[in-house]
Parts: sequence; structure tokens; C-alpha cells
Amino acid sequence: MPLSVSRSLAIIAVTALTTFATRSFPFLVFSGKKVPRIVTYLGKALPPAVISMLVIYCLRNASLTEYPHAAPEMIAIAVTVALHVWKRNNLLSIGVGTVLYMFLIQTVF
Amino acid sequence: MKEYGKAFRIAFPYTIPVLAGYLFIGIAFGVMFQEKGYNFLWAALMSLLVYAGSGQYLAVNFFVPGFSFIQMIVLTLMVNIRHVFYGLSMLDRFKKIGKKRWYMIFALTDETYSLLCMTKTPEGVESGKFMFAICLLDQSYWIAGSVIGAIAGHLIPFNSEGIEFAMTSLFIVLFVESWLSNKDHKPAFIGIGASVISLLIFGPDKFILPAMIIMMVLLLAFRGAIRTEVEAGAGGDSSCH
Repeated sequence: MPLSVSRSLAIIAVTALTTFATRSFPFLVFSGKKVPRIVTYLGKALPPAVISMLVIYCLRNASLTEYPHAAPEMIAIAVTVALHVWKRNNLLSIGVGTVLYMFLIQTVF
Repeated sequence: MKEYGKAFRIAFPYTIPVLAGYLFIGIAFGVMFQEKGYNFLWAALMSLLVYAGSGQYLAVNFFVPGFSFIQMIVLTLMVNIRHVFYGLSMLDRFKKIGKKRWYMIFALTDETYSLLCMTKTPEGVESGKFMFAICLLDQSYWIAGSVIGAIAGHLIPFNSEGIEFAMTSLFIVLFVESWLSNKDHKPAFIGIGASVISLLIFGPDKFILPAMIIMMVLLLAFRGAIRTEVEAGAGGDSSCH
């Protein structure tokens, strides 16, 4: 361990409290009040947009301009999507996608 | 207690995609933390108290001399600020749930948020207990993955390069499910458009907050044109979409 036990525990506490602060924020702001309709609408329209954003977030460091031009990502994603539309089996799609990607970056590219 | 047992049995199949994703990325976290010199007990503690995928990947870098608490708070906020917006979708659904909602708010990770949004509570189980079971199961997978990674990384060195792609696959699967269950694809296009534009302008480390803001503005601007209902029987929850 590079740090003392108390320092390590303090780092975990700070990270935990900061993370919890972000998650509890809307519940604290709107607690006990009637939620404005515009917020209710946003709550319903957000999930598909957020899931799309999280896909882009996962791919944020892939480079299209440098070799291998994000080819491993694109191949693995295409296979995952095709497999999922075909079988609708979550475990299969995630497992095959991940193992294929690992194989591609470790041995092919 | 018996009712909880039932809620867990019913909830389990719904959590299998997160089980797969969390085992993989939890293992990756355990391996990285172990390489820093922290054993499986530390990995378990971190996953128990912090419980954030990318937040914990980032936090591994805090465990070096000279890193200030202010820096940790700022960096953690930058990575996790998106969570501020997730609660908006859960305000109504969590309202009727008692004290245990505070655990569920704590446990509202990207994956659990996405799963709760995609999942309609089935017949014969109380919605609060069902959602609580999903939250607790998801965190148990995360802790299990971190512990396995910390131990396995120590005992059998293996080439884990690329294992973090489990998170990408998980969101791809959730994206496909969301796409198939929503009639109106404008929110998905807005999400992709806002993120790509923000990524090109602000770069990979700073794009999330601007992307969320652009997304909110566009969703509000197209409010009259966006339908938020889902296909009947497609497994989505009308209280969320």
C-alpha cells in the first residue's frame, strides 16, 4: 500500500460522499414539493437520451483517425447489436461482444 | 421477510445483463486496485461505500502521495455529475417507498438507472420491494466482481486488456432494448447528437456535462413533438418513458 490506512480510508470516504451527493441532489431539491410538470416530462424523455450518451461515453477514447481506426470497437458493436436483435439474450450478447473485443485488440490489431 | 424473498426471486432474471457487465468491469477494477497495492478487502470496501463504475476507475489514481482532497472532489464531481440528472426520472417512482429509498438513491448507478427505466414491475410483487431487490442484487454483483478481480489478479496474472469493453456491450444491449421499446426515437437521436457534438468540442474528459445540458435544452425545445409512451407490452415502464 502506498499510503497509510487512515489516509486510504479518508480517500474512500471523500469519494463516497461526493458520489452520493450527486445522486441525492434531485431528491433533496424536490423533496416534499409537488414536482413541476416540466421536470416530470424531462424524467420521462431522458432515459433513452442518457443511454445513448453512455454508449458514446464508453467510446470516448476510440480514435477514428489513428490506426486501427476504431475497427475493434465497430466490429464488436456490430456483432453485439446483430446478436442481440436476433437472440435477445443479454448474457450472450454482452459475453460474446466483450470476448470478441478482447480477442481483436490482443491478437488481431 | 418472505415477501422480500419473493421480490428477489422475481427480480433476479431482470438483473442478469448487469450481472454479466458488473462481473467483468468489477473484475477490471479489482485488478487495477490490486496493482496499486490494495487487497480484496479494500476493493470490497470501496465497492460497498463508493459504488460507481467509472468513478472507482478514476479513484484508483487518488491513492498516491500528494493528491489533495479538493482535487479528488472536483475530479469525482466531473465524472459523476451526470447522476444529478438521473434522479429526475425516479422522483415519482421512489416517492412512495419508505426509508429504503435512501439506499436506492445511493445505488443509482448508470446500469441500475438504465435497468430500472427499462423494467416494468411484474404482477404479484410490490414495486418498491422489486426495485429495491434490483438495486441490492446489482451492488452485490459489483462487490463480487471487485473481490474476484483483486484476488485473481494477484494469483493468476492474465491478459485482461479490453475487459472494460463489458461496460460498452452492456450499454449497447440496453440501447437496443430501449430502441425497440420506444416508438419515438427523437430522444435517442438527441442523446447521440448532443454527445457527439459535445465530444468533438470539449474532448473526451470534459464532454459529459455540456452534453447533458445540450440534451436537456433540445428535449425541452422539442417537448411538443416528443411522445414519451412506449410500445404496449414491450417491457418498458410508462412511469419512466
